[in-house]
Amino acid sequence: MKEIMNDIDRWRRSGHKVALARVVDIEGSGPRLPGASMAVSDTGEVAGSVSGGCVEGAVVSEALDILATGERRLVTFGYSDDEAFAVGLTCGGTIHLFIEPLDW
Amino acid sequence: MSDSIYELWREAINDHRPVALATVIEGENLGAKLIVGDGIDSQGTLGDADLDRVVVRDTIGELAGGRSGIRHYGPHGEAREDAVSVFIESFAPPPHMLIFGAVDFTGALVKIAKVMGYRVTVCDAREVFATKRRFPNADEVVVDWPHRHLEKVGDRLGQRDAVCVLTHDHKFDVPAIQAALATEVGYLGAMGSRRTCAERLERLAQAGADMEQVAARLHAPIGLDLGGRTPEETAIAICAEVIAARTGRVSSSLSDTTGSIH
Repeated sequence: MKEIMNDIDRWRRSGHKVALARVVDIEGSGPRLPGASMAVSDTGEVAGSVSGGCVEGAVVSEALDILATGERRLVTFGYSDDEAFAVGLTCGGTIHLFIEPLDW
Repeated sequence: MSDSIYELWREAINDHRPVALATVIEGENLGAKLIVGDGIDSQGTLGDADLDRVVVRDTIGELAGGRSGIRHYGPHGEAREDAVSVFIESFAPPPHMLIFGAVDFTGALVKIAKVMGYRVTVCDAREVFATKRRFPNADEVVVDWPHRHLEKVGDRLGQRDAVCVLTHDHKFDVPAIQAALATEVGYLGAMGSRRTCAERLERLAQAGADMEQVAARLHAPIGLDLGGRTPEETAIAICAEVIAARTGRVSSSLSDTTGSIH
């Protein structure tokens, strides 16, 4: 978290909205532990990461949508037989992210 | 106007003060937060006084153990219910690496330890060597005898911390190792050739050290057997051993083993 705070401060100082995505749970193999975080500005700038690069692209789209609607939510990425996830982790694990506007 | 929760969180993390943030990630009041930490008298609310009380208690516990994860509660904090899921994120201060001996290898070890997230102290009794100019990456450079410095800070060392003795001079090493063994430090290693290490063991025995403790806790010669020679390669061998000591793994290449990676 510490490493992304400078970027967050800079974006907020120049009046941009910021979304924060945090890993809250992992199942199976996952490269980053709960607490790994990534920030996305309303212009699509990114700081930090939540996986080994597998899902960051999808997180940016989710984060921009959440900034537009203001609706925070849990998002899951991973492989599953019964649900069609657009994006998976190559390691075969599943990660749960909580993505929300940084309005607190 | 009081600071926002994010502001409190940011300041605590920047000042290396322990802090934990609880966020509702499922259920009523999605996104509601409360924060607890050193110097922060629990601020924020998850929307229910009873739930707050239980979550504050659990958050303090998670913070003490440096753990992050999800907990489930009933609407008023009831156990064994799952109406509300709360993500508790703990920030414990960074682990501490104490390096004794301001030698050639020290600068490289400071650099690698910083990359790994350690707060790094370099300590040497010789003030011409122990200078901030020689170790610009160190968080702290102390001129003192290692064992005297350990007497001052030793009670703050824990399982996540490391003491690396690089002086390879018995008059410094022996009391430093004895003082380090009196702490709870998780990793203790000392540099030296096979001969130096054997001699050091004799001197530790003569000095009355608990040789069972020495055998169980002292890594000497320090570092994994990677075969490197340069200060940087040696620093990596030392840090790799610190990791292996923490995880309890026998280090070998993942390609030569099976089983889970983490």
